[in-house]
Amino acid sequence: MALSRLSLRSNPFLKPSTTSIRRHVSTDTTPITIETAVPFESHLCDAPSRSVVTSSSEILSFFRDMARMRRTEIAADSLYKAKMIRGFCHLYDGQEALAVGMEAAITKKDAIITSYRDHCTFLGRGGELVEAFSELMGRKRGCSNGKGGSMHFYKKDACFYGGHGIVGAQIPLGCGLAFAQKYSKEEFVTFALYGDGAANQGQLFEALNIAALWDLPAILVCENNHYGMGTATWRSAKSPAYFKRGDYVPGLKVDGMDALAVKQACKFAKEHALKNGPIVLEMDTYRYHGHSMSDPGSTYRTRDEVSGVRQVRDPIERVRKLLLSYDIATEKELKDMEKEVRKEVDDAVAQAKESPVPEPSELFTNMYVKDCGVESFGADRKELKVTLT
Amino acid sequence: MSAIIHGAGAATALSTFNFKTLVAPCRTNIPGRSKRCIVAAGSDDDASKSFGSSILTVRHSQKLIANAVATKADMSATTGTGHELLLFEALQEGLEEEMDRDPHVCVMGEDVGHYGGSYKVTKGLADKFGDLRVLDTPICENAFTGMGIGAAMTGLRPVIEGMNMGFLLLAFNQISNNCGMLHYTSGGQFTIPVVIRGPGGVGRQLGAEHSQRLESYFQSIPGIQMVACSTPYNAKGLMKAAIRSENPVILFEHVLLYNLKEKIPDEEYICNLEEAEMVRPGEHITILTYSRMRYHVMQAAKTLVNKGYDPEVIDIRSLKPFDLYTIGNSVKKTHRVLIVEECMRTGGIGASLTAAINENFHDYLDAPVMCLSSQDVPTPYAGTLEEWTVVQPAQIVTAVEQLCQ
Repeated sequence: MALSRLSLRSNPFLKPSTTSIRRHVSTDTTPITIETAVPFESHLCDAPSRSVVTSSSEILSFFRDMARMRRTEIAADSLYKAKMIRGFCHLYDGQEALAVGMEAAITKKDAIITSYRDHCTFLGRGGELVEAFSELMGRKRGCSNGKGGSMHFYKKDACFYGGHGIVGAQIPLGCGLAFAQKYSKEEFVTFALYGDGAANQGQLFEALNIAALWDLPAILVCENNHYGMGTATWRSAKSPAYFKRGDYVPGLKVDGMDALAVKQACKFAKEHALKNGPIVLEMDTYRYHGHSMSDPGSTYRTRDEVSGVRQVRDPIERVRKLLLSYDIATEKELKDMEKEVRKEVDDAVAQAKESPVPEPSELFTNMYVKDCGVESFGADRKELKVTLT
Repeated sequence: MSAIIHGAGAATALSTFNFKTLVAPCRTNIPGRSKRCIVAAGSDDDASKSFGSSILTVRHSQKLIANAVATKADMSATTGTGHELLLFEALQEGLEEEMDRDPHVCVMGEDVGHYGGSYKVTKGLADKFGDLRVLDTPICENAFTGMGIGAAMTGLRPVIEGMNMGFLLLAFNQISNNCGMLHYTSGGQFTIPVVIRGPGGVGRQLGAEHSQRLESYFQSIPGIQMVACSTPYNAKGLMKAAIRSENPVILFEHVLLYNLKEKIPDEEYICNLEEAEMVRPGEHITILTYSRMRYHVMQAAKTLVNKGYDPEVIDIRSLKPFDLYTIGNSVKKTHRVLIVEECMRTGGIGASLTAAINENFHDYLDAPVMCLSSQDVPTPYAGTLEEWTVVQPAQIVTAVEQLCQ
């Protein structure tokens, strides 16, 4: 299958290690060092090195995972327009590098908690596509049995704590998770993700104060996509340097569209948090869709801006260029991979469409733990009756 | 616990009223059972974290005493020596025993550690268990309540103290959306075994903002349980039960009841979270009350007994869900109900209870349910005015006389 290729793509900011490259097999794990395009900016700490150690299999997995996430969000978009997904649907396309980069730096025992823009984070934590789509469509097969919806994805066995609708409320929860990790004396950390809009919430500073005071292994990650729904950061924040807002807590600003930079930063942050307590990461990222499906995303920013970012900074294109220039894969192979991913997603959607809706009795389950065998009536006394066990 | 069964009629049961279909908080479904307090056999290795299981053996049997005071003397008689302590000490004892028993239990709140707690409920615990288990938080109710809930998602069992229940309004979002709902929206993946406790109610001229009754605000939140303690005995029992429960429980204490003295058993015991307490059995009228109003009711009961009435006083204890079993039995017996509460008239616990009783026991009532509540005003500072915002014993006597005509 592999033909060794001797041509190199020239790329201004990439420096391949040798001039004549044999084809890297996709499962190759020999380390490659790549330098990030944008330097880190730091606050009260030393920035990590710009050289990221990775491997071809890792970069290939980035590509595949990001392609899957991108296709998931696009599929969710069409499902929403077809009215199969209702309510609120917040899409993550454009920000995929954050999810994959973070996963590459941590283990499944480190906790992640995020806001309502959680589909891709869920997938990154090992969530299945079928579970995601079923939950979006309110089916029993969903990760929260169809009772949570788009904003309430959870995966306990992968330490993914959701999925929260109220802006900023997940940050104290995240510090609580970090507290529990410290309490149990396990060497794991918690990543609490929030947006530039939530960065103005008081509870963030409250939680940060406690985390710094008690030396909790909490990493607060601001996904700065520059718009809090319709309000740009320059209109909502006096100090848009979110990584500096921790004041006494160190911070790092990262190019959030570069999966390798994200990986490096998260690795650095994990080490820091285990030794020195909390740290704030600001990920400079961008979302192509509007805030949610009800927001066209064009009233507060120009289409040129969106397409400009898509052309210059798109995370998947960046990784594609890496793969091509390092000769880890050919164009055709990448296209095939994308086709496979598309098929995967389409299959999952079809499967989710077939899966059943929750039983009426599910209305009353999981209200309390061990409800002690009591009968409970619903709105219609005769119809919805369940014994809570 | 379960939702209140509304319209238990559903056209079926009223004539053949079967109490077994009502909310049955106690495992033993004995009609007219009188066992109230469940004494734990004291085994610490009990893996069962869920309080609702019937592993606990019932030891206390209640003798009915026709005097107008709580059956304190009775308890110490059956269980031997017992020891006397104040309500806040009882809470502390319960908390300490649970922290000894389970290393997952921790306490967080303002000034709970080194200071010993503003009402001394956590006194001495920081010295015994260390700073990691008794945590002094900065003043940020929203954040530390959220932190407690986040920690609970992983399996810890925090006891979150609000220095005054009124301050927990700042944490309402965390309590409502995260504490109450996470078990449901995660499809059962996460349990939130927190206890949120603190003193509330009208004190002695504390002013409007420090005299709030939050049980009325929290009662609609799905997924939580609410209990109110009123004696040292049930304070300790409810504290222990709340900590052991897998569900989030809000334990309402009252600022003025912390110095109540009572003799409580030496051996370990727990009170059922969903059960009401029969304070004084009677025949003529059922008086439902909780927390501090219990004492106003008992004071009024003395006067009523002298006047020849025989009120049945029930301390409902469980504010969510209501113990409709005990209440129903009582209504069937007396046919008249008076609710005496400290909540506001509008939207208080009494309002919900009135609705529940009317829906479920309408045919058993000889008179409309009367509810005495506090006035719908912010609690004034002036002593005389404050006295008139809450229900006084004289008003209770008048109401009973009116109902029993």
